[in-house]
Amino acid sequence: MLILECPYCGVKGEETEFHAGGEAHLKRFGPGSSDADFETYLFMRENPKGVHLERWRHANGCGKWFHAARCTMTLEVFGTYSAQTYEPPQEIKDILTAKRPGWSWRNFK
Amino acid sequence: MRRYSAFAVAREAARFHTGWERAWRSPAPKKKYDVIIVGAGGHGLATAFYLGKNYGITNVAILEKGWLGGGNTGRNTTIIRSNYLQDPSAALYEKARSLYETMSQDLNYNVMFSPRGVIMLAQTEHEVRGYKRTAHANMLQGVETRFIGPEEVKKLVPIINLAGPRYPVLGGLYQARGGTGRHDAVAWGYARACSDMGMDIIQQCEVTGVRSSGGKVTGVDTTKGAIDCDKLGLVVAGNSGALANMAGFRLPIESVALQALVSEPIKPCMDVVVMANTVHGYMSQSDKGEMVIGGGTDGFNNYTQRGSFHHIEETVRALVETFPMVSRLKMLRQWGGIVDVTGDRSPVIGKTPLGNCFINAGWGTGGFKAIPGGGWATAELIAKGEPGPLAAEFGMERFIEGRFIDESVAAGVAH
Repeated sequence: MLILECPYCGVKGEETEFHAGGEAHLKRFGPGSSDADFETYLFMRENPKGVHLERWRHANGCGKWFHAARCTMTLEVFGTYSAQTYEPPQEIKDILTAKRPGWSWRNFK
Repeated sequence: MRRYSAFAVAREAARFHTGWERAWRSPAPKKKYDVIIVGAGGHGLATAFYLGKNYGITNVAILEKGWLGGGNTGRNTTIIRSNYLQDPSAALYEKARSLYETMSQDLNYNVMFSPRGVIMLAQTEHEVRGYKRTAHANMLQGVETRFIGPEEVKKLVPIINLAGPRYPVLGGLYQARGGTGRHDAVAWGYARACSDMGMDIIQQCEVTGVRSSGGKVTGVDTTKGAIDCDKLGLVVAGNSGALANMAGFRLPIESVALQALVSEPIKPCMDVVVMANTVHGYMSQSDKGEMVIGGGTDGFNNYTQRGSFHHIEETVRALVETFPMVSRLKMLRQWGGIVDVTGDRSPVIGKTPLGNCFINAGWGTGGFKAIPGGGWATAELIAKGEPGPLAAEFGMERFIEGRFIDESVAAGVAH
């Protein structure tokens, strides 16, 4: 059972209180973009063994979307952070570097 | 290979069962093979088997990081059906189902295929309409299914509660030729036949890297050393993303956990497979008498082969409503497997950005039923370098072209 903390309302809850929303930090492509970009945005996924940055919604709480850093091999949640960002904040990166040295996720390190 | 038969049982009984030989060899890997298949699950072994049987390619190694058939092949709920909505899926799954019918004879290995019938319950008006549509589509595809009313459901499944409190049973999509098989035996039977053709099944041999030059695969690095190959087949289900990462490309696939559980064994009470997709639960009774129960997938990426507890609760709650007698059963075991889910819930059988590397993946929650068909199609793809008619629509390029094989509505949750 995952325990997540909503970065907006500060409530800690188990996963039934939240709704998983898939990979985070996707760059969105709209009309006029190339087929390859559109495919990558819609379908291609990192699906890593290890550090995964992902979206969650506090469905049975404040209702807001936020981001989480989690390990797909151990289900350890490294931390949660605001969705209003293009990349994980430095303190999340520091936790990841401490716990998973050499981690990388797309172009983040 | 010494054939299994009634005579063999009698012969061995007369000499205290000292004459049985090992079902497959466990050789050390050679330096080079014509074809390396990564993953000795059902699909990987079936691919190797049909490479040998249909195309005469027998210089093949099947590499397995754990033990043979220990992934999703040994973790599913053994349901076999082909009542899909779209033409390409119906063709592929029906090919698989028809191969299951003669598999025990073809492999000289009893896979206990039991065509006991599969009912998918319709519990909302939408489902009634959807399943009627599927039944009509199946009629055009030459797949024998029909929509049955609640009385016939009750006749086939006496333990069912038609007047469920939330979702009464309004009918069902019935495929009389669907059923179950013995999942381990499918892997073991293929393994024995592959080994007999001279193929090397190498267990405890994890692929750690894919070596390539000039856009072509030259071999793989493994925990048992480097092995060269002319062609590479990736058939690793939940680990497809990790293998693709080693080979340097990405897939339209995410890996999530799917769970199943079995009850204590009880006397025979249900001789069909019942799936209830609205409430997320499906159940059949094994030959041992255990009720085999499957549920829904988790919503998040996961490689741990265990799922969330609340999904078990949801599944059991659904089944208690549908089959009130389940409330008195004790559950014996629960387990999880990592399934590889694509955007349109249809598999990927096709070429990859590396010229001589092919992939069979993305079966999601319903790979077991497709094992012989998937293996047949993947063997054709690897042997000829181009997909045959069965696999033609299942290439990864469908995601660029928008040519989806949308089974997320027809087969969405439970398989």
